[in-house]
Amino acid sequence: MAQHKVNYASNGGLPVALTSVDKLLNWGRSNSLWPLTYGLACCAIEMMASGGSRFDFDRLGTIFRASPRQSDLMILAGTLSKKHAEFARRLYDQMPEPKWVISMGSCANTGGMFNTYATVQGVDRIVPVDIYLPGCAPRPETLQYAVMMLQKKIRKESANMKKNKKQDLRLV
Amino acid sequence: MRKYTPKDNVQAKAYYTDRFWVAPRVPRQAVEDEHFKAVVEALGERVKEAYVEINNLVLHIDATQNYAVLETLKDTCGYKICSEISAVDYLAKEGEFEIFYQMLNLDKAKRVRVVCRLKKGLAIESVVPLFKSANFAEREMYDMFGIKANNHPFLKRILMPDDWEGHPLLKTYPLQGDEFASWYEVDKIFGKEYRDIIGPENRDPARIDRYDTKRFSRVGYEVPFDTDISSGETKTPIEYSTTFLTDYNTGTKQLDKRK
Repeated sequence: MAQHKVNYASNGGLPVALTSVDKLLNWGRSNSLWPLTYGLACCAIEMMASGGSRFDFDRLGTIFRASPRQSDLMILAGTLSKKHAEFARRLYDQMPEPKWVISMGSCANTGGMFNTYATVQGVDRIVPVDIYLPGCAPRPETLQYAVMMLQKKIRKESANMKKNKKQDLRLV
Repeated sequence: MRKYTPKDNVQAKAYYTDRFWVAPRVPRQAVEDEHFKAVVEALGERVKEAYVEINNLVLHIDATQNYAVLETLKDTCGYKICSEISAVDYLAKEGEFEIFYQMLNLDKAKRVRVVCRLKKGLAIESVVPLFKSANFAEREMYDMFGIKANNHPFLKRILMPDDWEGHPLLKTYPLQGDEFASWYEVDKIFGKEYRDIIGPENRDPARIDRYDTKRFSRVGYEVPFDTDISSGETKTPIEYSTTFLTDYNTGTKQLDKRK
């Protein structure tokens, strides 16, 4: 009988054959990206259209979930006001790891045309963003492309979350 | 010394203004309409000035009599709807606010604007007992200008967060926010010690960091995500598909016979 001991506390409890496990896990993660049903402004209309039958997010395995506890993707679709920033961050914190964020549209990326006192100048001040999606508002095809780009990104990631290079905010 | 600029109006102004251009005024007409004459008569002494601007009777009153005037308008003149209450900041020029009440009479299809002047720091009497619509309007007036309404049932900020500092519609409030506004979300979520990590707001949406490969890729010089390109990057030629694209310029088939 083997005498070695598996250290479940390190490497996510994955002692051997990490490349294959990476592939398996990332296959599962990337093909069942469940975004949070969370719209902020007009970009959310395009996001809803992407989820509807014409553009059909379901065929990417992307199904909108009504609870942050069940989602692993946050699509910040629209203008984030400073009053609401706190709640957006709280929803992000409620999502279980691993989680990804798509910043959808000009307003979410940079504040867009709302160069004012009341708008967050880019949601990357609040949450770490994986994909920045330009457009005002981006067409549903563009959002689909962003999700496909994110899938590509996830497939390159390691199953061990600690090995993945994350932005500093992820540690917050 | 740094050049002094007055801070009583920090709103953006036109780059060039014609010194000799005079803004056209809406013509003020005398009160000739029978109904409007009756309204002015019903209010009596309380009206300081009355004229008609585009079928809209404008009544200047004293700020202390706003409740009594609106009550008379509602009960005896039939102005049952108060469609708008707000203020205008004339602090820089005249040291006071202009508060206006836009009233509507549905039976006669007439509108009256009641206008009063209020010195800075003074409060105005709430008209919520007369008009339910005044509830939110006065809260907004408090939020945006800091004008308090006495005896308001629930005077609290309505648009900005409760812990916001400053009143954004004042002319002294910069459009892009003061120090407090620019750090609001960072202070609230992460705490003040994270200001250094997150950094100040970038107000230039066209700014592109040349070495930021997390967000930007230069067309023709694409590199993998988060690559350090401070020592330069190699040119990647644009790849065109050879299977699906047809080069119509070199083909022999003539599609348009006129050419």
